[in-house]
Amino acid sequence: MANSERGTFKVKSGLAEMLKGGVIMDVTNREQAMIAEKAGAVAVMALERVPSDIRKAGGVARMADPRKVKEIMQAVSIPVMAKVRIGHFVEAQVLEALEVDYIDESEVLTPADDQFHIDKWAFRIPFVCGARDLGEALRRIAEGAAMIRTKGEPGTGNVVEAVRHLRTVNSQIRRLVATPDAELPDLAKELGAPLSLVQEVKVLGRLPVVNFSAGGVASPADAALMMQLGADGIFVGSGIFKSSDPAAMANAVVRATLHYQDAQIIAEVSENIGESMPGLEMKTLQAEDRMQERGY
Amino acid sequence: MRIGILSIQGDVREHERMFQRLGLESARIRQPEDLVGLSGLVIPGGESTTIGLLMQEYGLIDAIKEKTRSGNFPIWGTCAGLILLAKEVLGPSPARLGLVDITADRNAWGRQVSSFEADIAIAALGSPPYPGVFIRAPRIKRLGQKVTALASYRDQIVMAESGPYLVTAFHPELTDDLRVHQYFAQKVEAYWRG
Repeated sequence: MANSERGTFKVKSGLAEMLKGGVIMDVTNREQAMIAEKAGAVAVMALERVPSDIRKAGGVARMADPRKVKEIMQAVSIPVMAKVRIGHFVEAQVLEALEVDYIDESEVLTPADDQFHIDKWAFRIPFVCGARDLGEALRRIAEGAAMIRTKGEPGTGNVVEAVRHLRTVNSQIRRLVATPDAELPDLAKELGAPLSLVQEVKVLGRLPVVNFSAGGVASPADAALMMQLGADGIFVGSGIFKSSDPAAMANAVVRATLHYQDAQIIAEVSENIGESMPGLEMKTLQAEDRMQERGY
Repeated sequence: MRIGILSIQGDVREHERMFQRLGLESARIRQPEDLVGLSGLVIPGGESTTIGLLMQEYGLIDAIKEKTRSGNFPIWGTCAGLILLAKEVLGPSPARLGLVDITADRNAWGRQVSSFEADIAIAALGSPPYPGVFIRAPRIKRLGQKVTALASYRDQIVMAESGPYLVTAFHPELTDDLRVHQYFAQKVEAYWRG
């Protein structure tokens, strides 16, 4: 190593390690960012609109206005993340120029490239990417992602897809760990992932980077459910600021995530926190409205 | 001898792995009652605002301070842990223990884009230099009279010691170099044996 080196994979994935066991909340202005920080969020995601409003608005969803991102960065001392469209490396260059702490290459926004994701090795800022299964997670890590989140179905307030994706990744890891070394090349082909990363997962018994759960958490019990299923932490999008009492919901979700194995505490924090966001049943979503299908 | 790792959030697993490699027993600390029977405590990296807030809410700040009253309960803070042990903090100031007479400057090297790795000379650990991992790291702006600097980087103090307390602005738990964990474990053992 030279005397000092910035933007190494270790400092990129290391920041995600520091967020483990915490809750990252979507916010759209400085007031919301301050509510999130005060509730104990470990980071905020700066957005123009939360996913459920992006669904309602329709049309093309893009990176947030830089002024909005700066306003949120000035309001809080915790790390600030922001989203770019899949494949839109110039939006990522803009966020790097603004010095956000993490970039989310996200299916919540309208994809800009239907073939290639961003070459994330080209940036000093770390990236988090969504995945529905192990192959997708490892492809993103191969492109330089330093953190993974299972996708779920954003903006629905329905945890079923988040559960499906986390269970899928975990059961594929268990199968991989039990696969003899000689059969790993074939498994790598089946997963569509580089053999070196498949081998690394076998040694570690988990993904080589932190894996949070996203896309549908709308109550303290939802957050604890994802933690008990093995998530390293929680992203809550619309679930906080589309509930009837955001400050109370934010507080409760943070405490349920910390004490995810203690049903007594989850019961206590779930009391009197108003209504969760109205949810969507998956069957009512048209195929083209399923954000999780974006990316490959 | 058992070392506790404060487990509100952050890189708890990484500290656990290091003590495991040293053949030492560690325990996750979430509630005041978990402190019983501990010989020392590590406050890991994480978000100091979040950890401080939840420590206070669950009575851990008072319980840990009570435990240190005898003056022989070693505590080591890495990064966020350094901030939570600092007597004074520049910038937004989280709830904390304030046991070490230093002034910490939060995120003083800049945002994540400025996070870095650098080799650090630490005389107490001998050679080779230690692989320092600095992530949105704090600096120590002021050292109290009873606090000893153990390492500096670019004229900034990044590791210090005061009686039973140890603080590092960097993350030894993210490396494969066991020397800082070993250093703290020896400290814990010395106090434990009395």
